[in-house]
Amino acid sequence: MNLNDLSILSLYSAMGVYMLAFIAFSIDLARRSSAVDAAPAAAQFAATAGNPTSTESGGTRTLTRISAGIANDAAMPYGRSASLRVGVSLTGLAWALHLVATVLRGIAAERVPWANMYEFAMIGTLLIMTVFLTALTRADLRFLGTFVTGLVLILLGIAALRYYVEIAPLPPALQSVWLVIHVFVASLGTGYFALGFALSAVQLIQFRRERLVAEHRPTRLRFLATLPSSATLENLAYRSNIIGFVLWTFTLIAGSVWAEQAWGRYWGWDTKEVWTFIIWVIYAGYIHARATRGWRGSRSAWLSIIGFSAVLFNFGIVNVFFTGLHSYSGL
Amino acid sequence: MSRPLDHHDSKPPADGVIQPALDFRGWLRWFWRQLTSMRTALLLLLLLAIAAVPGSLVPQRSSDPNGVTQYFTDNPELAPALDSIQAFDVYSSAWFSSIYLLLFISLIGCVIPRTRHHLQALRAKPPKTPARLSRLAGFTTRNAPAGTDAAAAVESAQHLLKSKGYRVALFDAGPEPSVSAERGYLRETGNLVFHLALVGILITVGFGSGYGFSGQRVLVEGQSFVNTLLAYDSFNPGRFFNDESLDPYKLTLDSFDVEYETQNLSAYGQPVDYIAGVTVTERERSAQSDEVKVNAPLRAGGTDIFLLGNGYAPTITVKDPDGTIVFTDSIPFLPQDSNLTSLGVVKVPDGLAEQLGMIGFLYPTQAEAKSGAYFSSYPDLAYPLLTLNVFSGDLGLDKGVPTSVYALTTDNMTQLTGGTTGSKSLELKPGETQQLPNGLGTVTFEDADPGAKSGDFSGSVLRFASFDINRDPAQGWVLLFSVFVLLGLLTSLFVPRRRVWVRAARRVDGSIRLEYAGLARGDDPALEAAVADLADRHSAAFTLPITSTEKPKSHGGQSNESQ
Ligand code: HEM
Repeated sequence: MNLNDLSILSLYSAMGVYMLAFIAFSIDLARRSSAVDAAPAAAQFAATAGNPTSTESGGTRTLTRISAGIANDAAMPYGRSASLRVGVSLTGLAWALHLVATVLRGIAAERVPWANMYEFAMIGTLLIMTVFLTALTRADLRFLGTFVTGLVLILLGIAALRYYVEIAPLPPALQSVWLVIHVFVASLGTGYFALGFALSAVQLIQFRRERLVAEHRPTRLRFLATLPSSATLENLAYRSNIIGFVLWTFTLIAGSVWAEQAWGRYWGWDTKEVWTFIIWVIYAGYIHARATRGWRGSRSAWLSIIGFSAVLFNFGIVNVFFTGLHSYSGL
Repeated sequence: MSRPLDHHDSKPPADGVIQPALDFRGWLRWFWRQLTSMRTALLLLLLLAIAAVPGSLVPQRSSDPNGVTQYFTDNPELAPALDSIQAFDVYSSAWFSSIYLLLFISLIGCVIPRTRHHLQALRAKPPKTPARLSRLAGFTTRNAPAGTDAAAAVESAQHLLKSKGYRVALFDAGPEPSVSAERGYLRETGNLVFHLALVGILITVGFGSGYGFSGQRVLVEGQSFVNTLLAYDSFNPGRFFNDESLDPYKLTLDSFDVEYETQNLSAYGQPVDYIAGVTVTERERSAQSDEVKVNAPLRAGGTDIFLLGNGYAPTITVKDPDGTIVFTDSIPFLPQDSNLTSLGVVKVPDGLAEQLGMIGFLYPTQAEAKSGAYFSSYPDLAYPLLTLNVFSGDLGLDKGVPTSVYALTTDNMTQLTGGTTGSKSLELKPGETQQLPNGLGTVTFEDADPGAKSGDFSGSVLRFASFDINRDPAQGWVLLFSVFVLLGLLTSLFVPRRRVWVRAARRVDGSIRLEYAGLARGDDPALEAAVADLADRHSAAFTLPITSTEKPKSHGGQSNESQ
């Protein structure tokens, strides 16, 4: 068994453990729902409507809203269930296996492990997980576990089944330090965009729930009551997305420098360049939306979702089906 | 603040907006306001993103001219319609340009007043302390020990804040002295730098690159090129390009080496390195040997030389029936696949009884499929074979219409070998000669390395390299502005801008209570922690015992009210 086989084995094991983590996180969500059910309905309403700061500090809530801390201001406080802890531990274990798989692939190939679609997917999902696990040390985002492990599982599944290629040496066009920098930073940016995407998606459903509660209408997806408010989710998404945006800006610049070295022009509207630009502009729009009256909240969340969809499209569709100078999918 | 009126921080519009009868100037002003509003900027940004999409779906003349030609052949109905809406030139089209020009007008109209305001704000003092700090973020209090002098306490807070980079204003006239402090002006500076640098990029890209050029030239091993306009195979000058600015240096392609993967069987034959060995002779300098590689251009004579493509250039000689050479040249053959099956065209206009054209296939390592068709099984020269389909008749060169050297127009020609003619294509190995049909003469596939051992073909066919030679005097500026974009972005997104206040409030019993609070201006996740930290440091700095325990949780989240 050579190093590459070990890498594959490690990756499949990681996927198996991610699957277990996904199940644990799903059980946790179910538990949250039943915990909400068990709480007296009156308390729920009180907790939501009587959000302590929004009454006491009245008007200042709008002033301080954008500086709201990372604390979970859920309508229904919810502790740590065993399944949540198991989910996080399993995710950590799967991440370690995933890391080993990636590093082994790099050692086996004697170069950085990001030079074709299979490897992009492997490093990209590894960084999505890394960003998620790092974020957990700063804010309680464990409720996103189902979402993130699910996303990574799907992407890894596609990569392993559809994108797998044997190790090949770097073609001359990719022999550059810029491969190391540009692709890595792009993948890291994708990690932050993914987290922003997950948060924005939850923000949208949370906002729906808050509206229903305010109108005294029944809500579905009861576990949402244990999640932070949509305003907090929006702030968290924003923070993740702006880090992603800075990294993406760097990706764009580094890509231009590389294009200049390889092709003699820094910008040529090649399909891949076009899509990198489109993504950049969408997120610039998102940042503007957050600063525009009438566009905060759900509208900006939609832009964050569209932005990440464009990232996925750029990776999964443009790389494979569009022609251009960047034909390095290895497929 | 002078951000656009619909910035989320600015005051909401008064109810029942009075619409005065607008005269022309009023109307203009209204229009300008709309154009420079956040909402317009946002819509234009989203429009720009959408408008950029079609250019990735349809081939573009700028990046893929052959793709456009192909598109016209494949979609004869649709293509002209698309062309009429500039779908093949999206990024220079009227509609795409008008979107980004409007966006940048909006940007300039937005940034100029903001810059003016920011310069004023930089000189202004922080605003007066609000009457009720308890309504603000991170509000916290400490009890000062008995006998504390309120003015001194506030003054020490002023020093502390100043040392932390706050701009401060002391309000010590009343009975409850306070200090008001603000920091993070760099945030707005960064934002303005970011937006202005975007304008800088647009201008340098738009105008600066007009002074440059880009040209292509194919060189076969051994050939030279002198950097003058006529020596280029194709040449695209910028709008303001002056051909006297070309420095006539000489570039010789001495060798072209390709290294193939031979260890890794799943990538067997994949090229791992291309090296063009060149000699550059600049004016009044001695010749310099150097290399051009992919990703490693050569900078010479004010231009950058890039290695873009390569392939084989077999040397073909045609003699008339008397044995006089009527044609001999090394012809670049264009690679058709990854094993370098290569296609080329030979045109012999003079010297034979009829004009002669030949379409040749070069198989670097010839192999035969079951069907009898030839293909190349390896890109290097293991067992090279050249096949030629010969045509005679009119090459169509005399009509004054420029023709491609890579294509043969066979409309007025008769095919003599290959295809459906019944006679096989001519087949030649390096060094071999064959008779042309109809006694026209002979054709020879020259061996470029005749001294090699028999069976060693590795040097038998010359290679060519295609170079892109460019100059873009603006690109250094574009890079500089890009760096400013990045720096501006970092400061504007991550430098917290906040106001902080400290007040010494007097209680009824005469003791002094120190109040601390802050206000975020923009996204500021660390505000509460910063206020708490200030309270701790300040109270510790000038008193010993901290008698109050009204301390917020370190990441309290919401403002932590007490009393
Ligand atoms: C080429 C077009 C533009 C791009 C790519 C762009 C991009 C951005 C980005 C990335 C930010 C966030 C980073 C920062 O604060 O510096 C931002 C902020 C901002 N932009 Fe633009 N912008 C553009 C045009 C405009 C225009 C036309 C306006 C005026 C209407 C404008 C007004 C603002 C304002 C006020 C902010 C601060 C937002 C805040 O307070 O958080 N921008 N812009």
